[in-house]
Amino acid sequence: MIFEGLAEKLQDTFDKLKGKGKLSEKDVKSALREVKLALLEADVNFKVVKNFISKVEERAVGKEVLDSLTPGQQVIKIVNEELTDLMGGAQSKVEYASDPPTVIMLTGLQGAGKTTTAGKLAKKFIKDGKDPLLVAADVYRPAAIKQLQVLGERLDQPVFSMGDKQDPVDITKAAISRAESNGNDVVILDTAGRLHIDEELMDELSQIKAAVVPDEILLVVDSMTGQDAVNVADKFDDTLGIDGVVLTKLDGDARGGAALSISSVTGKPIKFAGVGEKLEDLEPFHPDRMASRILGMGDVLSLIEKAEEEMDQKKAQELEEKLRKNEFTLEDFMDQLEQVRNMGSFKEILNMIPGVGNKIKDLDMDEGQLDKIEAIISSMTKEEKRDPEMIKGSRRRRIANGSGTEVQDVNRLLKQFKQTQKMMKQVGDMQKGGLGGKMGGGGNFPFFG
Amino acid sequence: MLKKIFGLGSDEEEEEKEQEEVEEEIEETQEEDDDDGKSLFGRLKEGLSKTRDGFVSQLESLFRSYDKINEELYEDLEEILIQADVGVQTTMKLVDDIKEKAREEKIKDPNKLINILQDDILEMLNQTEEDDEQPTILMVVGVNGAGKTTTIGKIAQRAKQDDKDVLLAAGDTFRAAAIEQLEAWANKVGTEVISHQEGADSAAVAYDAVQSAKSKETDLLIVDTAGRLHTQSNLMDELEKVKRVIEKESGPMKVEVLLVLDATTGQNAVSQAKLFDEAVDVDGIALTKLDGTAKGGVVIAIREELGIPIRLIGVGEDLEDLQDFEPESFVDALFDF
Ligand SMILES: Nc1nc2c(ncn2[C@@H]2O[C@H](COP(=O)(O)OP(=O)(O)OP(=O)(O)O)[C@@H](O)[C@H]2O)c(=O)[nH]1
Ligand SMILES: [Mg+2]
Repeated sequence: MIFEGLAEKLQDTFDKLKGKGKLSEKDVKSALREVKLALLEADVNFKVVKNFISKVEERAVGKEVLDSLTPGQQVIKIVNEELTDLMGGAQSKVEYASDPPTVIMLTGLQGAGKTTTAGKLAKKFIKDGKDPLLVAADVYRPAAIKQLQVLGERLDQPVFSMGDKQDPVDITKAAISRAESNGNDVVILDTAGRLHIDEELMDELSQIKAAVVPDEILLVVDSMTGQDAVNVADKFDDTLGIDGVVLTKLDGDARGGAALSISSVTGKPIKFAGVGEKLEDLEPFHPDRMASRILGMGDVLSLIEKAEEEMDQKKAQELEEKLRKNEFTLEDFMDQLEQVRNMGSFKEILNMIPGVGNKIKDLDMDEGQLDKIEAIISSMTKEEKRDPEMIKGSRRRRIANGSGTEVQDVNRLLKQFKQTQKMMKQVGDMQKGGLGGKMGGGGNFPFFG
Repeated sequence: MLKKIFGLGSDEEEEEKEQEEVEEEIEETQEEDDDDGKSLFGRLKEGLSKTRDGFVSQLESLFRSYDKINEELYEDLEEILIQADVGVQTTMKLVDDIKEKAREEKIKDPNKLINILQDDILEMLNQTEEDDEQPTILMVVGVNGAGKTTTIGKIAQRAKQDDKDVLLAAGDTFRAAAIEQLEAWANKVGTEVISHQEGADSAAVAYDAVQSAKSKETDLLIVDTAGRLHTQSNLMDELEKVKRVIEKESGPMKVEVLLVLDATTGQNAVSQAKLFDEAVDVDGIALTKLDGTAKGGVVIAIREELGIPIRLIGVGEDLEDLQDFEPESFVDALFDF
């Protein structure tokens, strides 16, 4: 199967990247190629993918990602963020008109799910305390009117129809009058499915729009739609100026790349998602979930989250152990430092050390100074790292020479480390039960002060 | 033709003659209906010449802009295929293949790649003709809104025109007004419908219909089914049950399953085909809504991976908007943007 293993493939690629010490621009590009394939497999339109990837690439080849401990995961995160962003925030609301009735017009291709969506929306409005009028304006498909009438019966809600011999423009106009005299505060127009290239029928929609001036024109799109989604959405939006999109049949296994294509082409929000055949199966749309789904990354993302959690815990445990036994050495410090430096955000990793995060909020790291510290510690022997107390005059000179620094630099590092150790011990003593909480009192984290 | 496809054929000797007749008919019908511009054959011909021109000019201009074969050319080809919903894997396979052939056969002329690419796709589609004359029970399945009921109307119309006895079964007892929809088509075509109440057991409808078809010696019984997503396992089980009942009762009749796919569908169609095939063993595919701008390129992968042949295409909402699947024109149309 096409989709199977895609998430793993992506993960593999990123794992490979992770194995490399440093990440080049080329590495990122090849990872983005996998992302590109994932998007295409999910039916995101080709041109949309192209634009999207170049946008992500801009962000992803930045230093922040290239030097991070988890570059692959960073790339995924960026992709996910950008996808979510592109699909807009959840705006599942339909604004009620200040002057009722609120007129909602459903449009779309044949078989997209308009009639069912009309019923679902009606159900939603009823729940909202509204009294919607359903309008059967599909005079073409056999039994389309009957279908809406059956739904109306189920909802115990009136359905306006004039048979299939009248002009849909006249039907919708008459329907509005009916709603006004009947006191229906919402009107839902179910129009016939039509091809976006059918000039005549597209013109009919324009006429309906002109005649009844809907408050909300929604485009109903099948989430299984392929590359053609952009053409359809573009044309409907061009002709009618749609206000939003309803994505249907999301209860299947479609990746739903059409969602992204449509958003990026029209800039209009996806307001609702159809997730089943029952009338209550209409949900507000979640761009973030959709983003993961498009990438086929649902699992991988949670995996990453888990990995992060685990790393967090392991670190915390080790550190806790060390601190409790007062065994935090320069070696450990070097370890930490290395990890810190591999992470995209320095603060992020420090944030992961329990009790430290909130102390370094406005800390500005000096990369040069970190280089120095690393060089100094690298020039120490194992014994020296484990027991910095033994580093006296001659050793200090040797270390300074070996690391290309001054003796003062070595002195300062040792002094700062001692302070840190002391502080760490304090923390350890303070939180005998573990390191979950916040660190109380105390000054700056000495090393970086 | 439908008769070849679904076992409605007449004597073999007549086949050739028929072919000629059909061709004559094409001319006639076209003349007759030219003024309304809506006849099947008129449209077909128009459509084909349009796609052929489109194909030639699109591809030729593409290839002409390259005086030699290079990476960008392949990328352009990839782009065209992806945009036709051919899918990443099939596209890469196709392009890798023409790359290799170009290397092996030392092809320098970009134009020659056209033929290779076309042949490759045609080979993947690998259409086989079925030729069987048994009375047939055709069970029509597919996801919601794919075009099942409409396609049934069209097939019935076609069979009717071939002087076959047709019976329809309103097996969609679930969707609101689905029975009425099928009945409306039956009225237009002039066929009978076996139906129960909405909410009735679909298998029971099928059972009754098969009995009726057998006793009337119907040539073609078409069973409509409720649209369902292939991932809804309880509904897929129900479909299996319907087919079991049909098979058990079919007697002298042949049972075939037609999967209706919406050409607008992207790569999800592969999953649809796979799961429907697993449940009810799909014999052929009808690809609908090809009158839009969607290309339906995903059927190439379906044919390749699952071996399910594409039989029919839907090109509109009227009874006559049904055609046999012609691989050549389909492939042409893939490249016509
Ligand atoms: N343009 C176009 N529309 C089609 C074609 N085939 C079907 N349709 C339309 O697609 C819509 C759905 O068709 P149906 O036949 O009701 O589909 P279905 O699969 O029976 O739907 P459910 O029973 O609801 O699952 C209708 O509006 C049809 O007119 C086609 O080839 N071209
Ligand atoms: Mg149907």
